[in-house]
This record gives sequence, structure tokens and C-alpha cells, in this order.
Amino acid sequence: MKTIRVLFGVIPILLILLFISCDENYTEIPADDEVLDGTVEGLSHEELARFLKGDAAFNEVFTRETGLGPTFVSTSCISCHAGDGKGHPSTTLTRFGQIDETGNLFLNQGGPQLQNRGLPGFLPEQIAAGATFAKFTPPANTGLGFLQFVTDADIMAMTDPNDSDGDGISGVPNWIDIPDFVMPSSNAISQNGKYIGRYGKKAAAHSLLHQTANAYNQDMGITSIFRPIDAYTNLEIDPEITTSTVNDVVFYLQTLKAPIQRNQSDAVVNKGAAVFNQINCTGCHKSELKTGYSPIKALSNKTFAPYTDLLLHDMGSGLDDGYTEGNAKTHEWKTPPLWGIGLSQDAQGGSYFLMHDGRARSIEEAILMHGGEASKSKSNFQNLSQPDKEALLKFIKSL
Amino acid sequence: MRLKFLYITFLFPLNFYAQIDSSLLKRTQKDSTKQALNMDAVYNRPFLNIGKTPIAVGGYLEANWQRLSTDGVSEGHQLQARRLTIFMSSAISKRVKFLSEIEFEDGGKEIAIEFASVDVEFHPLVNFRGGIIMNPIGAFNQNHDGPKWEFTDRPISSTQMLPSTFSNAGVGLFGKKYSNNWMIGYEAYFSGSFDNSIIENEENKTFLPAAKDNPERFEEINSGLPLFTGKIAIRNSKIGELGLSYMGGVYNKFQDDGVIVDEKRRVDVFALDFNTTLPKIKTFITSELAWIKIDVPSTYGQQFGNKQFGGFIDIVQPLLTKNIFGWKNAVLNIACRLEYVDWNVGTFNETGGNIGEDIWSVMPAISFRPTSQTVFRLNYRFQKQRDILGNPPANTAGFNIGVSTYF
Repeated sequence: MKTIRVLFGVIPILLILLFISCDENYTEIPADDEVLDGTVEGLSHEELARFLKGDAAFNEVFTRETGLGPTFVSTSCISCHAGDGKGHPSTTLTRFGQIDETGNLFLNQGGPQLQNRGLPGFLPEQIAAGATFAKFTPPANTGLGFLQFVTDADIMAMTDPNDSDGDGISGVPNWIDIPDFVMPSSNAISQNGKYIGRYGKKAAAHSLLHQTANAYNQDMGITSIFRPIDAYTNLEIDPEITTSTVNDVVFYLQTLKAPIQRNQSDAVVNKGAAVFNQINCTGCHKSELKTGYSPIKALSNKTFAPYTDLLLHDMGSGLDDGYTEGNAKTHEWKTPPLWGIGLSQDAQGGSYFLMHDGRARSIEEAILMHGGEASKSKSNFQNLSQPDKEALLKFIKSL
Repeated sequence: MRLKFLYITFLFPLNFYAQIDSSLLKRTQKDSTKQALNMDAVYNRPFLNIGKTPIAVGGYLEANWQRLSTDGVSEGHQLQARRLTIFMSSAISKRVKFLSEIEFEDGGKEIAIEFASVDVEFHPLVNFRGGIIMNPIGAFNQNHDGPKWEFTDRPISSTQMLPSTFSNAGVGLFGKKYSNNWMIGYEAYFSGSFDNSIIENEENKTFLPAAKDNPERFEEINSGLPLFTGKIAIRNSKIGELGLSYMGGVYNKFQDDGVIVDEKRRVDVFALDFNTTLPKIKTFITSELAWIKIDVPSTYGQQFGNKQFGGFIDIVQPLLTKNIFGWKNAVLNIACRLEYVDWNVGTFNETGGNIGEDIWSVMPAISFRPTSQTVFRLNYRFQKQRDILGNPPANTAGFNIGVSTYF
């Protein structure tokens, strides 16, 4: 009986202690460099609250009642960008109908994007007969705000259309028509009424608002004030999402942090960085860019390491799918940022699915698929000693 | 006149209450932990009888504190009034009974009639039941009263895969037969059914509980075809109870105004439940496994799985059973629940890799029962949940302290 009394005396005390003292979390916060999500540093409380609103909207799952489809690619933003990382082949989208800079010939037959899924009772769209197409695996979302505020002048400074330096690399911007709702920045450079695209595999979206409004409309079949034409009926309908929600998602994408490089003091990683430079991967995958002015203070005048030049490059016939966007040629692709590539597997179900359509199953395989302007660097890679190769791959995985 | 007004307004009600004889309310004691078939659970509850009237009332309350965190992020301390359930039964006449169960969840945010049916006994093996019935799939749906369980949270497979407390307008038959140590029972009902929401919902996965949000189901069957639910249970007083149940039917609106708008699409659910008490050490084990097969249009996407599997096992070990603080036969238990659910069984068409969308959880617990009808419980949950791609799981852990009691 004494034992019971002691037991029942101790239990309430333990419970009270548990109640009072358990402000500790019972699970660990992953290290900042081990995850892609999180905010850029230096946001105000108001900006953080807006980030959370955008985060919630990014996670919203649409249904028939809330405007989904009726044909669509995905039911939510997060479905394609798990953990804000790269997508998986099961979420790959298909675009069709454009073979050169004269534009998409299949816009009246469902182009440019295939809505390959349909609500029950609706048949999904089919690729129009005679149209060429390419598959695009969703890109990672991280650090996009930094890329938006790189000035056009800085992007132009990286171009070398005639390969005047003789390195075999001749990046060019994708000059695109921008829709009325996209306001070019004050320092935007225009050429024949066209502006520089910087988002998407072909750099066919000028800003994150441009990209986001398109994604709601073409990926989920959700109309907005920006994109009021229903992808299924081709008729203008009432907006199915509020303007403020789209803007919140844009803000969320702008303020997602840039991936943080891991193992920065590792000697092999540093050796790999030197090899990366030595074989001229940096010819396209620029290791340092900077932002100009941004209305978001935390993004203004920052230097960052995205490993892209935001330019189009000829990648050779092996990666020419016969489809293009904007002013790009079918064999040209925008240099994808390499930051976050080492964490891709954590968003792609444990495997790598790299290149524009996920065809490369490892970083080495992706390097070996490079052609065109990257042929020389690929050849340099193939000639590396095994330790140098391993160091290079370790460096890329650290990004 | 003023005095008369005062009397009617204030004194008369006082007299009225003063006239209540507490002996009018007679408690029908039920040991809610006592072994019986799960199908008996609706009547195996403590009720208050009002004098010699044929009406009895009862109910239970569940409230708790909890603090959980997922990947280091917590919503902080939460005090929750999860549910208040009131039941009322009436013996209308010999072998004609009525029972209803009304549940107020989260302080009244959700109010539902979970059960309201008339039972008419023609023979112990042939009883008619009609009204709002609870579809007897698995054991938990039939036997879900909070005070009967050592865990504050209901099993994930019973709430997030199977629709716990899924009730519908329905009719059917049930019956039981006893023979020495053996008991066998059956139930068979036609009822309202599921709807398109099981694959069109904000959970972004095939989710049968979404159908519970459709209040129209009590007046209109979405598909126009009733859902069949059947269960057979067999119990041996020395071995335990084994239940086999099935629930299935067409869930989608395949025709509208006489026009065929879609194919008929079926949902089929199979469940196996078992419970036993180990002799001598009195360890109580209860478990349930369920398999779901759903016809999802192939053009709708792999996100919405066409097969699901899940279940749980609860192990409860009484440590002390004695007179504690004046409560006779008070019991201190330790317990553990293991659970697993895979909402999307299968592989990706594109890669052949396994589709994730699964969860597993371990929940050790300590519970104290001053009486069989009241339980205080301390639970710790550790859970891992993976997204559809099978990415590194979200880890959730935390404590929960709660009380659940019949009244």
C-alpha cells in the first residue's frame, strides 16, 4: 500500500513537471543546410507573416469545387515541388506545339501545355497530331527571389553570342513577349518590345508573377485575374483564385531561402570546386551573381552562388526534343541553377532525376549528357583522373 | 399579483427542482471493459434510468492536454475538448428498442447523429435494425467510446483510412447465437454510401473519411445504389473474438438526370479484427487490419491510390488492480499501440519505385482507471509520415494527457 501511495504521489508531480517544463520540442529541427525550405534572412515580422500566408496557399489542394481543372496536371503547387525541391517523373509535365521563334502553332489545339489528367468524368487532353513536345520535370523553388532581382545589365554582361572569347560557350538571353499583367522592372532591358526571360527550362517566364499565374492556369486549371482564360474551354471565366493569394504565393517564392552549401571546409569539396572551375563548368554555371535593388530589403544588393547564368545555351542534338518556347531554339536550354542539387534526392523520393525531363539518374550521367556548347567541358570531365572526378562530384553534391 | 409573479418566476422553479428525488435516477452499471462482442458495444454502456420510465440516458466526455512537435516545430500547448457524446435509449416495448447517439466534437464545432435506430427482435438470430446505423466495418467503428480505450487519439487506420463512426441511413438484420463458450454474431445492412469526395478532396489522396463531410448522405445516395456492409464475428470466451467484415458499393454519381456521365466505380473494404485477453497475466490485445480497393479513373493520376492498407494493435497490461484511494478495483495499466497506414499501395508507372504516402506510429501509454468507466491516460506518440514520393519522413512526437469518462 505504501508503494502505491508513493507511486500515486509521484505520478501527478511528474505530470505537472512534464506540463510545465515541456516547452522543449520532442523532435529535432533539421539543420538549415539539410533542407531547402525556409526563409531568406532578414525578413520583417510583416514579411514573415506574408511568407506564411503564401506557404499555406502553396500547399492548398484544389478540388472540383475550388476550381481544379477539369483537366489539369496537378492538384496543388506542393504536389510538384515537394519540400520546395525538384519534381519527380510522376509530376513531369508536357509542353508541345512550338518548333522555332515564330511561336506556338498549336495554341488553338490545347498548346502549349498538356493537361494530362482529368477529373472523373472528363478525358484528359491529348497532344495534337503533328505537334512536337518536350517533358519538363518541375524545378526546385529555392532562391528564386535572388534570381528575379539580378539586373538585366548583369545578365547581358554574361552573354557572348559570337563566342568572342573562344571558349566554345555563347550564352544568349531568351527574349520573350510578356503579358500585360507583368510589369518589367525599372532597369529592364528591352529588345524589339521583348524582355529577358529567366524562369523555366527555356527561360520563357519573365518574373515570378508571370510564372505563378501561368502555373495556376496551365498546371491546375485555375483562372486568375492575370490568366482569366480557362485552359479547358478556352473561354474567359471568373477568377477562381484571388489576386492577393497569387501575390502571396509570389512573395513566398521570392523569399524562400537560397540553398546553403554543405561541407564548405571539406578539403575534397574545395578541390572539387577548383576542378569545377578548371574544366570550365563555370562558363555557364556561374558561381557568383548579385542582386540589384529589390523592394524586399532582404533581397537587395546581395551576392549569392546559384551556379547559373540565366542564359540559353546550345546543349546539342542529344537534348534537342524538337520543342521550344519564346525566342529559344529547340536545342537551347537555360542553364539550370545547381544550388540545392545535392538535396534533390530528398525531394525526388531518394533518387536523382536530373536534366530537363529527369532522364539522368546521377550527377555523372547528367554531365555526360551535356553536348553542344558544353562538349568541351564534358570532354575535360571525361579526361579527369578518378580522384579529381570524385572531388568534382562531391563538390556538386555539396551545393 | 406581484407576489404571485414572484412565486411563478423564482420560487416555483426552486420547488420544482427541490422535488426531484435523486433515487429517480438509477445508474445501470456496465463494466465497459468487460468482454462482449464488438457488435454489442452500442448497448454495452452505462445508462441512467429515469425512475420506472423505459428511457435511459448516458454519454461520455473526452478532454486532454497535448503538446506535439513535427520536425522541431510545435503549435505549443493545446487543451482540447475533443468530444461530448450523449446517448439515449428506450425500451419501446418488449423486444423493440431505440438507441441514439449524438456527438459534439471540438466543443460543438461538429455535431453529428452517429446512431439512431430502432431494433426489433423477432428471434435472437433475426433482429431488424433501421434508422441511422453505424456501418460495422472493423471493430473500432462499432466500439469507439473513448472510455474504453487507453489512448486519447483514435487509431490512425480507423480515422484516416477507414472512416471511424461512419454512419448512414440504413436498414438490415443482425443476430447472435450462444453455445457454451462460443458466441457467434452477424450483421448485414444496406445503407447510404460514399461519394466522389473519397477521391476528390483536400487531403490530396484517396480518403474515405471525406465522405463523412457530406450531410446529404442521410437523404440521398450519391450513386443511387446502396452500400452493403456485412460482418461475422465469432468469440470463444477462452480464446477471444475474431471479426471479418466487408463494406462495398458504387461510390460515384455515374448518372445524372438519366444521363450516364461516368462509369460505375466501386469501393470495397475488407477488415479483420481480433481481440483477446491472455490468461493469467491478463494482457488485453486488440487489433484491426483493413484493406481498401477503389476504382480510381486511370486518367485521374497516381496521387489517388486505388489500394490502401493499414491497421493497429493495442497491447494493454494491467499492473495493479486493487483498492486505491477508496476506489475498489482501480486499475493501473501500461499499454502500447503500434499502427501503420499506407494510403497508396503500389508503384509509380514512370519509375517502378514504391509510392509512399504512408505513416507508422508507436504510442506507449500509462492509464489509470479508478473505475471501469473512467480513464486517465498519459500517452507519448512517436510517428513517421512520408509523402507520396517517399521522401525523408516528417517526424512527429509529443505527449498527451487526458481523461475520458462515461457519465
